[in-house]
Amino acid sequence: MRNHARIGFVLLLTPLVLWLSLLIIIPHIDMLLISLRERISFGVYDTSLAQYEKALTEPLYLRTFWRTAIMSILATGITLLIAFPVAYYIAKMAKGRLQQVLFLLCLIPFYVSELVRTFGWMILLRETGLISNLLQWVGLADQPVEMLYNDSAMMVGLVYTSMLFMVVPLVTTLESLDDSVIEAGYDLGGNGLSVLREIIIPHAMPGIVSGSIVVFMLSLGNYLTPTMLGGKDSLWFTEMIYNQFIVRSNWELGATFGFMLLLLSSVIVWGMLRLTGRTLQETMG
Amino acid sequence: MIPTIPQSRSFRLIYGGYVLMFFLYLALPLTVVAVFAFNDSQFPSLPWEGFTWNWFFGAEAPQIGVFHERGILRAVGTSVFVAACVAVLSVSVGTTNAFLFNRYDFRGKTVLYVLMLLPLVIPGIVLGISILVFSSTLANGIWDVAQMDIQALRPGLLLVVLGQFSFITTIATLVISARLQKFDRTLEEAALNLGATRLTAVRTITIPFLMPAIIGAVVVAFLMSFENFNTTLMLVGSDAPLTIAMFDRLKEGSTPLLNAVSLLLMLGSSLLALAMILFQRR
Amino acid sequence: MTPDLECAELAKRFGTTTAVDNVSFSVPPGSFFSILGPSGCGKTTIMRMIAGFLEPTSGDIRIKGGSVLNTPPNKRPVNMVFQHLALFPMMTIAENIGYGLRRNKVPKDQIAHKVDEALERIGLPGIGHRKVDELSGGQKQRVAIARCMVLEPDVLLLDEPLGALDLKLREHMKVELKALQAAFDTTFVYITHDQSEALVMSDQIAVMNQGRFEQVGTAQDLYYRPDTPFVAGFIGEANRWKGRIERVEGDALQLRTDSGLAMRATAVNELSTGDTAEIFVRPETIRLAAAPTALATFDNQLRCTVTSILFNGAASRVLVQDNVGETLEVTLPQSGEFAALKRGDTVHIGWGAAQATCFRESV
Repeated sequence: MRNHARIGFVLLLTPLVLWLSLLIIIPHIDMLLISLRERISFGVYDTSLAQYEKALTEPLYLRTFWRTAIMSILATGITLLIAFPVAYYIAKMAKGRLQQVLFLLCLIPFYVSELVRTFGWMILLRETGLISNLLQWVGLADQPVEMLYNDSAMMVGLVYTSMLFMVVPLVTTLESLDDSVIEAGYDLGGNGLSVLREIIIPHAMPGIVSGSIVVFMLSLGNYLTPTMLGGKDSLWFTEMIYNQFIVRSNWELGATFGFMLLLLSSVIVWGMLRLTGRTLQETMG
Repeated sequence: MIPTIPQSRSFRLIYGGYVLMFFLYLALPLTVVAVFAFNDSQFPSLPWEGFTWNWFFGAEAPQIGVFHERGILRAVGTSVFVAACVAVLSVSVGTTNAFLFNRYDFRGKTVLYVLMLLPLVIPGIVLGISILVFSSTLANGIWDVAQMDIQALRPGLLLVVLGQFSFITTIATLVISARLQKFDRTLEEAALNLGATRLTAVRTITIPFLMPAIIGAVVVAFLMSFENFNTTLMLVGSDAPLTIAMFDRLKEGSTPLLNAVSLLLMLGSSLLALAMILFQRR
Repeated sequence: MTPDLECAELAKRFGTTTAVDNVSFSVPPGSFFSILGPSGCGKTTIMRMIAGFLEPTSGDIRIKGGSVLNTPPNKRPVNMVFQHLALFPMMTIAENIGYGLRRNKVPKDQIAHKVDEALERIGLPGIGHRKVDELSGGQKQRVAIARCMVLEPDVLLLDEPLGALDLKLREHMKVELKALQAAFDTTFVYITHDQSEALVMSDQIAVMNQGRFEQVGTAQDLYYRPDTPFVAGFIGEANRWKGRIERVEGDALQLRTDSGLAMRATAVNELSTGDTAEIFVRPETIRLAAAPTALATFDNQLRCTVTSILFNGAASRVLVQDNVGETLEVTLPQSGEFAALKRGDTVHIGWGAAQATCFRESV
C-alpha cells in the first residue's frame, strides 16, 4: 500500500516538475543568462551588465518603461472604478434570473479574441469611424475627428480588454457578503457611505486585490492594444521587446527588457500583496 | 444599498442607468464589428453601402468571402490544431496536478504550488521570449554537439503549443482543483469498502465527479489558446494561427472580410460556451 | 403608559400571497414579547417591517407612540439581532460593538469606555481586540446583543438568534437571554419557531399561523387555555381526535370520536349536539394506574394494553391501546411505581373532562 502511494506520488509529480522546469524555470534562467551577455564579435560573448547599463541610460527605454508602468496602474484604477458599481449591482441588487443574465452578459465579450475587440474600437474611433460620423451628424464637429492613435484611445482599449478580470472576482467576493451584514450596518445607524467604507469594501478586498493584480498584469503585458490603438510616438514596453527580438534580432537587449518587465510586474504584485497582507496562493488559487 | 434598504427613486434610476451604460459599452465594439461584416464596401466603416453576404460567400475579387479565402481557412485550421493540442495537454497535466496538490502532503508543496501559480503573473510576451530563447539555446547546443538541426526547436507550431501550454495549464489546474476540493473523500472510501481497487475507485467515482470541471477546463483551454496573441506572437513560425494572420492583415488595412471572420469567431465561441453551460446545468 | 411598540392593522402582501394579515398588538415597556409560529407563518416579515427592511402594505408601526413608517432603518430607534448574528467579520469585537456609536458621532474616548462597559456587562471583559471568528457560538451571541444594546434602543428585535447553537448551549442561552433582558431593562421582541424558547423566556407570547395571530397571552394561558385548535396542537403535546357531540350539559360535553371512543370533555367555544369537534388531551394530564379503583374520580376511564414504551428520561411516555383499537400517548410517571411496566401489560388510564379540550372543527 505504501509502495503504491509512493509510485502514484511520483507519477503525479513528474508532469508538474517537467512542466515547471522545462517551460518556466529553466527558460527564465536562460533568459537571465542571455541578458547578462555582451557580444564581443561574431559568436564570442562576454558576461557583463552592459545590456542593463544600456537599458537604464537610454532615455527612450527608461521613459517607455515608466510610462508603461504608470499607464498600467492608471488602467487598473479606472477598471476598478468602473467595475465596482457594476459588480455590486450584479451581486447584490439584481436577483434571480436577472442576476444570472447580467453575469453572463459580462462574460460574452471575452469569448472573442482581443484582436476582435480591438478591431471593434478601431472601427468606432477612427477618422472615418462611427463616433466621428456621429459627432458630425449631431453637429458637434464640422470635419472628421481622429480619435485613434492617442493615449485615451489606448486607455479605452486597455480598460475594455481587462474588464472581465475585474468584474468576476468582485462579483464572487461581493456575493459572499451576507445581506444581513449590510442590513446590520444600516440597523446600527450606518448610511450608504459608511456601510460602503467600513463593511462592503473591506469585505471585497480579496476580490479587489486579485482583480487588480490580473488587470495590471494584462495591461503591462499587452501588445495588441498599444500597437493598434496607441499613438506612433507612444511606445509600450512590450513593443520594445518585440522590436529587439523580431525586428532587430538583438536578443541580449530584448532579454534584458523582458527581465525588466518581469521585475516590474513582480515588484508591483508583491507590493499589492504586502499592502493587503495576503499571499499569492490566497489571491490566485 | 440592497433592495431591502429604502433608496430614493432618483438614486435607483441613476444606478440602473449606469449599469445600462456599462453594458452598452461592453456591447458596442462587438456590435459594430458584426454589423460591418455585411457592408457592401471595401472598408468596414461608414458610409453604409448596402447589405451583402459577399464577405462570407463571395468567390471573386474584390469581395472574396471567408469561405473562399485560402489563407484565412488555413489559419483557422492551424488554430484549431494548436488549440486542440493545448487543451488535451494542459487538461491532462492540470488533472494530475490537481490530484497531486489535493491528495499528497510533501515537503516543498507550498513552494511548488506558488511556482504553479507563477505563469499567471508572468506577462505572456515574457513567457514567449523565454521559451524562444531556451529552445534556441537547446537547438544551438545540439548543433554544436551533434551537427543536427532540430527544426522543431525553431519558431513554429511546437513552440506555439508549448508556449500556450505553459500558462494555460495553471488555469486548468485551478479549475479542476476547485472541483476536486469539493469532492467527498468518503465516497472513494465507500468504493474501496465495496471492493474496488484504488485506481478503479478513482476511475469510477472521482473522475465522473470531476467531469464537469474537466469539460469546462477543456473548453476554457481551447478558447484561451484560440484567442492567444502575446505568447504566440513571439513563437510563431511560417504557419500562422488565426489571430496572428488577422493581425498581419489588420496592419495592412482592413476589409469587411475581417469583420466576417470575427463574427464567425463570436458565433463559434458563444456556441461553445453555451454548450458548456448547458452541459454543466444538466 | 405608552407601549414601547405598537402595530396596528399591519399587513404585508407579496403579489397575491398575504404574508401578514392585519395583525395588531402592543408591547408594554420593559417586557419580553415573543412571536411564535412555524416557519413561513409571517413572523420574520413582521420583524423586518419593524426594523424597516420591508415596507408594510397597510397599517402602522408606532414606537413609543410615534409612527416610524417614514423613518429609514438606520434612523429607527430599534436594533436587531440577526438570525446568523451578522457580526462584521472584517472588524474586531470592539469595533463591532463600537460601530453604531461611531455612526452617532460619539467621541472616541467615550466609545472606548462604553464598549468596555458593554463587554463587562455581557461577562466578556478584555476580549475587545479579538476577531469575530475567534469566539464561540455563545460568545458571539452575547456580542451581537451588546452591539445593539450600547445604542440603548427602545426595542430590541431578535430573529431566532439561538437557532444556530447546539442543544446544551441553547438551553443555557435561554436563561442568559432572560437575565440580559432584565439587566438592560429593554423591551425585547423575540421571534422563534421553538416553543420552549418562547415559553421559558417570554412575558407575553403571540402564536402566529398563516399571517395571523391565533392567540396572545402568557405561557400559562397558551398551555392551559388555548383559544384555537392550532394553539392547542402547536403548544405542548396532545392526543387529538375528531368526533361528534352527543350531548351538551353547559360547558360539559358527551362525545364520541370517529374511531368510536366515548368521552366527556369541556367546550372552549359554543357547541351543540351533532356538531363535529376537535378534541385535545395532553399526555401529562392522563393518569396511569394498575387498578381501576385508583381512577374513580376521573370522568373518562379506559382499560388498555401497553404497546410501546418510549423512554426519554423525565419526558418518558407509554403508548397504550384500548379495546376499540385507539392508541393514546400517556406520560410515564417517574415515581418508580411503573418502573417494571413492559409491553403487553394491562393498565388503566383516566382523565378529567376539564383536561379534554374541545373545539368546533375549524373549516
